[in-house]
Amino acid sequence: MKQGFKKGFIHGIPIALGYFSVSFGFGIMAVRAGLSVFEAVCISMTNLTSAGQAAGVGIIAACGTYIEMAVTQLVINIRYALMGISLSQKLDSSFNTRHRLAISFGITDEIFAVASAQPNKLRPDYMYGLILISFLGWSGGTLLGAAAGRVFPEAITDAMGIVLYGMFLAIIIPESKKSRSVFFVVIMAAALSSVAYYLIPALSSGFAIIICAVVAAAAAALLFPVPFEEESE
Amino acid sequence: MSTAVYIAIMAAVTYLVRMIPFTLMQTKIKSRFLRRFLYYIPYAVLSAMTIPAIFYSTGDMITAIVGTVAAIILAYFELPLIVVALVAAGTSFVTGLFI
Repeated sequence: MKQGFKKGFIHGIPIALGYFSVSFGFGIMAVRAGLSVFEAVCISMTNLTSAGQAAGVGIIAACGTYIEMAVTQLVINIRYALMGISLSQKLDSSFNTRHRLAISFGITDEIFAVASAQPNKLRPDYMYGLILISFLGWSGGTLLGAAAGRVFPEAITDAMGIVLYGMFLAIIIPESKKSRSVFFVVIMAAALSSVAYYLIPALSSGFAIIICAVVAAAAAALLFPVPFEEESE
Repeated sequence: MSTAVYIAIMAAVTYLVRMIPFTLMQTKIKSRFLRRFLYYIPYAVLSAMTIPAIFYSTGDMITAIVGTVAAIILAYFELPLIVVALVAAGTSFVTGLFI
């Protein structure tokens, strides 16, 4: 039990570092929008998501309606529903409903990425370790950014903006080398996402990601019917 | 409009979106098409999230492109996640010093 937790904790270190720099920026932004340090940290500790929180602070600052807040959060974060379904197929049998209720709080883009890349079935202790360190990085970065953000030079915080994307590349590229079908999925999703970004700017990024990912994954599932190892288990 | 209520709504909606599918999907999906689809989903999601957003991640497209190229090369040689991530930031930072 302890070993799985430790492994998850170590796997979460790059996530925590990336989160620290991103949530640092969130902390600065939240305080500039008129929130207190306490409120900014509360948002990070209860939401654990970047795009949704940034949009949420924008709505609070603009005194938007509660309905607007709920709908915005739903639209931006609906991708987590898709990730949850994907992860649900990879769980160890020790994952009971209680563990699912707790772990689902920690489904983020990065935790999903690292968990999906694990060769084995996911155990609850591994997930708790992975989520705990990420949670600490996210909350700690928010606290520091909100309380002392202006002390740090912009050149450093700007460069840290690429950390999490670098981690994503480190997950998708090695697999694209090994599998033609994964390579196809990666190129197609990137192309669709670029088309959405430049040609359909009205589409929210949350929806754009879901549409692009679903189309690319469905196309690969249709075009590459060769059964892979996973199906023979 | 109370900030506490705003935060409660954010937290509740975000949690429910994560919790409902993850908790309700307790059976193994049988359809071979859906299983292949779900196998590809992580790569599709990560790729769509990264491109083109990575080019705007540092506030300057040149530093971002240099960082991206560095990350792609290191990822191709299968270096650990943390190395790829930090070298991407490091090369972006250094590039930023020269422009």
